[in-house]
Amino acid sequence: MTTSYETREHDVLIIGAGGAGLRAALEALAQGASVGVVCKSLLGKAHTVMAEGGIAAAMANVDAADNWKAHFRDTMRGGKLLNNWRMAQLHAQEAPDRVRELEQWGALFDRTDDGNILQRAFGGHTFKRLCHVGDRTGLEMIRTLQDRGVQQGIDVYMECTVTRILTDGGRVTGAFAYWRETGRFIVFKAKSIVIATGGIGKAWRITSNSWEYTGDGMALAHEAGAELMDMEFVQFHPTGMVWPPGVQGILVTEAVRGEGGILRNKAGERFMEKYDSKRMELSTRDVVARSIYMEVKEGRGTEHGGAYLDISHKPAEYVKKKLPSMYHQFKELADVDITKGPMEVGPTCHYMMGGIRVDAETAQSTLPGLFAAGEAAAGLHGSNRLGGNSLSDLLVFGRRAGLAAAEHAKHASTPSIDNAQIDQAEKELLAPFSNRGTESPYAVHRDLQEVMQNLVGIFRTQEDLKKALAELEKLKTRAAKASVEGSRLFNPGWHLSYDLKAMLVVSEAVTLSALARTESRGAHSRIDYPNVDPVWEKKNNIIVREDGEMKRRESPVGEMPTDLKQILAQD
Amino acid sequence: MAEATLRVFRGESNSGRTVDYRVPVAPGMVVLDALHYIQGHLAPDLAVRWNCKAGKCGSCSAEVNGRPRLTCKTRMDDLPQDQPIIVLPMKSFPRIKDLVTDVSWNYRVNRKIPPFEPRKGVEWKISQLDVDRVQEFRKCIECFLCQDVCHVLREHDKKEQFAGPRFFVRVAGLEMHPLDGRNRAGLLKDQLGLGLCNITKCCTEVCPEEIRITDNAIIPLKERVVDEFYDPLTMLFRIFRGQKQGV
Repeated sequence: MTTSYETREHDVLIIGAGGAGLRAALEALAQGASVGVVCKSLLGKAHTVMAEGGIAAAMANVDAADNWKAHFRDTMRGGKLLNNWRMAQLHAQEAPDRVRELEQWGALFDRTDDGNILQRAFGGHTFKRLCHVGDRTGLEMIRTLQDRGVQQGIDVYMECTVTRILTDGGRVTGAFAYWRETGRFIVFKAKSIVIATGGIGKAWRITSNSWEYTGDGMALAHEAGAELMDMEFVQFHPTGMVWPPGVQGILVTEAVRGEGGILRNKAGERFMEKYDSKRMELSTRDVVARSIYMEVKEGRGTEHGGAYLDISHKPAEYVKKKLPSMYHQFKELADVDITKGPMEVGPTCHYMMGGIRVDAETAQSTLPGLFAAGEAAAGLHGSNRLGGNSLSDLLVFGRRAGLAAAEHAKHASTPSIDNAQIDQAEKELLAPFSNRGTESPYAVHRDLQEVMQNLVGIFRTQEDLKKALAELEKLKTRAAKASVEGSRLFNPGWHLSYDLKAMLVVSEAVTLSALARTESRGAHSRIDYPNVDPVWEKKNNIIVREDGEMKRRESPVGEMPTDLKQILAQD
Repeated sequence: MAEATLRVFRGESNSGRTVDYRVPVAPGMVVLDALHYIQGHLAPDLAVRWNCKAGKCGSCSAEVNGRPRLTCKTRMDDLPQDQPIIVLPMKSFPRIKDLVTDVSWNYRVNRKIPPFEPRKGVEWKISQLDVDRVQEFRKCIECFLCQDVCHVLREHDKKEQFAGPRFFVRVAGLEMHPLDGRNRAGLLKDQLGLGLCNITKCCTEVCPEEIRITDNAIIPLKERVVDEFYDPLTMLFRIFRGQKQGV
């Protein structure tokens, strides 16, 4: 291959510059490693920036009775016991320190009357636990981490997409990527790689996720030989916007309900009474999403097919202060004043509980030298994530991944790059320019989104899932024939033709796993298997690559030690 | 369905022209939706930067009918539909392709600004009142529209001497942090060119987060610089005490 590429070398390469990626970078740097961060968008604009609710940490600033054990218990119950218990324990124990650390680095959270970090209530949390900044906590977190990272000296490769992890005899040696601006190639040599690329929402039509979320990291890990886990658990957030069409899916933060928002159907009934009378609107997201879905299905939905979320009973100044971006979002994009009337909301594909299978202490995947943290990793949240637990996840496991990646790099030998892998990666990436087909990557993407939205949504059946697998095969063939015109200079159609491949890999993994799990648990609901099955409570679905094909296996859930079992048994 | 014409800039760093595209107009549609339609059906290699489509990431900055805007928050029905809607890239930054510009200068400026450093041994208690002031500045989504519109950068290209409104907002957020112990007044005066701002206030007009950039960030910072470097009494005291400035 005569195409030239530039080469960079780092001890630790981090793919993804959201909360988890940046936190990992800071930790690896603190350990003395040379760190490179690659990201698809501009620095500071990763999907973390959208997070609105808050960081869950048992600091007990508002509810003095809160402690890590209660947080652990809430997380495990939210995940319907399928979580990696050790991750849940570490997360609950370490989150408070991670939040305090952020403030040491310049973050400024809302305050209690005595000058400490304010915490608010959220779905599934027994105590008021979410440290927040109005409704823009994600922005605060990423800005703090990015400013510190830049000052401390991480090298950031912005608008650069990794398309392949390079390996050598069962360990990682680097990554192959292209610059979105010029289309030129770059090869990274690295002793450790941390994948922090977030989720997969762009494979569904209605999603709260931003453009980046095409499952790249999970696909990269899978193709390199690492195991994926819990891929069937896709969280549909109950409250996304439903109207007008252009904003369908955009998030309406759970904080609206945390601050007292109420859900009503077309008839004005507060319907959560029927589905979870104890926790009502602050039930877990899977329950609320299914409730809204059922209300609409049974004919009690609003004009545009959703439910009403109303916070107009609170003083207008309070709403504008605590939920400013919601106020503006609805005013500017939907002509609705939330201080005066209700919002129309409905379920939207929001978060991926599944992902790359990792070790709890080190965040290392099943491929030596490959680590994963944040949404791209699996295990912490089990079958359903609680609101607020993602931002804390990023900090706790971002740090652990960075620490372990730096440690691994200290003992690893200098990687040697396999040119054959680079040649193949180049060929695959450039193929759409020479395909003389009539498939547009945009059309294939639209069709993929329809398949996943209609057949692998909130409520699943065997028939739909089997049909989805067949459709995905057809889409794979079409995607391989996708052709693009123009040059390699910032060509979004060409970029999409790679992203499509990643989306197809993760879509297949989700569908295969959903087909196998013949029960309903957490976010995974089977109409044909509506109850929990004690046999499936003890198993995770694992996705592997064997003989060039995707295969599914099962793996037993780790046994919880007695002291944690006792914590779980308490009220 | 109603249709509108979008006149979009197509071209690279040195050359280009606008091209007209007909797009169907759906209720509540924003300009970014129209650009996506063009990508999906008419011009698959139209280069557009975007990410969240909800006005939170600051990626989709452009100039629509002559005004710096986020395309995801610009409603088609707010614009006159009987003429072409003109969509151009941000003028103050070098063009890469179509609507994508090179905003890397902003990231270089950021590195000049010393980060937050808490005062030694300070008690970690902060009141909401103190936090409110700084939180206004930290709302900034780095869309760079303020940088784009400021004439000091846009017309006079003073990128070497002038940091621009975005970074005055950043420094204000650090200087007014109740626990911060650094003094950035000298930096503002010498490296960041605060004096070049002549209070035109175009930045405040275009900020999508409605940050009152000039009134709440720039003017207070100017007052601090003046207090420290241009107040005759302060200068006298310094001479008597033998103190250094700006430390």
